[in-house]
Amino acid sequence: MKTENDSRQTILEGIGASPGICIGKAYLVDKEGVDVIKKYYISDDQLDNEKNRFKSAVKKAKDELHQIIEDIPDDLRENADILETHVVLLKDKMLYGRAIKTIEQDRVNAEWALKKVVAGLKKKFNRLPDPFFRERVADIAHVSDRILRSLAGVDKVKIKDIDKRVILVAEDLSPAETSQIQLEKIKGIVTDAGGVASHTGIIARTLEIPALLGLENATSVIQGDDLIIVDGTEGKLILSPTEQTLLEYEERIHEYEIQKAFLNRESHVSAKTKDGVVIKVMGNIELPEEVVSVKTYGGDGIGLYRTEFQYLARNNFPSEFELFDKYRDVVEVMAPQPVTIRTLDINGDKAVSYTTSHDETNPALGLRAIRYCLKKPDIFKTQLKAILRAAAFGNVRILFPMISCYDEVIEAKRMLDVAAQALEDEDRPYRRDIEIGIMMEVPSAVIIADILAKEVDFFSIGTNDLIQYSLAIDRVNRQVAHLYNPLHPSIIRMVKRVSDVAKENNIKVFMCGEMAAHPIHVPILLGLSIDELSMNPQSIPAVKSMIRSLDTKSSASFIDEVMEQKTSEDVMELTQRKYAKILAENVYFH
Amino acid sequence: MNRCSREVSIVNELGLHARAAAKVAEIAGGAKSSVWILKNDQKVDAKSVIDILTLGCGKEAMITIQIERESDENILDDIVRLVESGFGE
Repeated sequence: MKTENDSRQTILEGIGASPGICIGKAYLVDKEGVDVIKKYYISDDQLDNEKNRFKSAVKKAKDELHQIIEDIPDDLRENADILETHVVLLKDKMLYGRAIKTIEQDRVNAEWALKKVVAGLKKKFNRLPDPFFRERVADIAHVSDRILRSLAGVDKVKIKDIDKRVILVAEDLSPAETSQIQLEKIKGIVTDAGGVASHTGIIARTLEIPALLGLENATSVIQGDDLIIVDGTEGKLILSPTEQTLLEYEERIHEYEIQKAFLNRESHVSAKTKDGVVIKVMGNIELPEEVVSVKTYGGDGIGLYRTEFQYLARNNFPSEFELFDKYRDVVEVMAPQPVTIRTLDINGDKAVSYTTSHDETNPALGLRAIRYCLKKPDIFKTQLKAILRAAAFGNVRILFPMISCYDEVIEAKRMLDVAAQALEDEDRPYRRDIEIGIMMEVPSAVIIADILAKEVDFFSIGTNDLIQYSLAIDRVNRQVAHLYNPLHPSIIRMVKRVSDVAKENNIKVFMCGEMAAHPIHVPILLGLSIDELSMNPQSIPAVKSMIRSLDTKSSASFIDEVMEQKTSEDVMELTQRKYAKILAENVYFH
Repeated sequence: MNRCSREVSIVNELGLHARAAAKVAEIAGGAKSSVWILKNDQKVDAKSVIDILTLGCGKEAMITIQIERESDENILDDIVRLVESGFGE
């Protein structure tokens, strides 16, 4: 029989959402996942002190606000109104009263109490149907941040700044929250909520860090700096483990690490050809949290941020603030590397279920992307404003999809000016001098590339649609799907034309379609002088390896040969003959 | 008519937004007892801006202001007047 009298070892059971084991100190995260606020308990005799500490922090915040208001010049009176409201909010029952009550009831420190109250309010506001009212949650967040700042004596740590590797313990982590975390610093994740299919689980698996979710009471049982073992394989958490348990798990970790050691060793180094040309290899993303994958796989930026997702599966259009919030997440995490935001590429009315729209017999050729946006200036302007605002936080490039004529480029740029002017009038921080690019995916745009090049900073070749439109193939139609081939001589000629025109006009040329994701295509793309390749994050390491095993000069002469081929099969055969060996030796050898 | 509750509709463009709610809360703060705002099946504390905002009252929304003590009738009148005036905007 084992005696455990002197041991405080506790085992909690949860859902192992990502395999692996880690041992480390717990880091309690507030609901936000961004600001780490320490939670600690207050003894009875200190309760009054803690409440007073909170009250004086609010007082200090109030004085600061009054000072700021006083200093505002008359012509910016509108801002003062907002701040006056903030002053009122500081003392609002729902915030102030409840925070004090929470300190009392939960016997926790003021910071934690405040965060808990604000989290509750956020939930409430998020349920409001009207975006105008939903956005008021930002005011509450401002106010609570101000109080937090003036609560002296306790460090407000950002996860970004964590300098030791810790295990995050949180109630829950939302997609946006997870994407803000710098995961190199995180050993594992433990949450009260969630399950295998939850977003946090997916992210943890992508990052290959252990995650244990659905523990229900982890944040109340575990305290900051507690030593914990997380076993994501078995679905167990061990709090305050005994010496023997520790030894046992150290050994298990060792075995697991050996297994993992093969993966992605050099993917974080930039991809330089043998003759020293660096090709940027970027990631395509759809959800903000996929940024994490791009970083993990060593992407040099975001070459394509698809923005449709936020318009789907909802009954209204996303607000400027919502969009801005998500874009900023991505931009901040990637900075200083570029984030290429593509404006809405679908028919928004169809995505957003509450507006009525007419069915189109051929939606791929119908009212979508830039055509839709130019027809709905309000919806377009909202997105453009959000992008320009996010641009103030990092390196943003804007990309207009489905351009088929000159007027669309001019009109889209004009709308960008309109959006910038609106932000200027609202006195919001933004950046207008960002790089502007267009998707080269409609054949007509390729043909008039020389005209369009004068108006933009870069071209991005979207091979998926370009192939579909050029070869007149519906990719979803099985009868013709076999005809879909990126190596069709017409496609190679179009890519070449776009690249040549870009070079003549001194602008950059990128590729963000699936064609870029296959290492076997890299010699061709290198030969065609594409400056940047963007793809699904998982493909980045292989493409990088391929680039490293090539040189641009021989790729250039290879292209001359490719241009002489008559069919896609010929092109493929030639490519295989020349590069299959290199591919096998340098990319697929593990 | 019940002297403790009055129905009134929101007339201003922005609805019962933050600054307007602050004005309501300021008046309600002077009441000796509780003051409530009702909309559909929701009931919020008129002394809290945050609570009022969670009603999400846009233009043309109908709300009911309710007091608990008749001595707060002047407060009720003031709030109704404020709402009817479009919060003086």
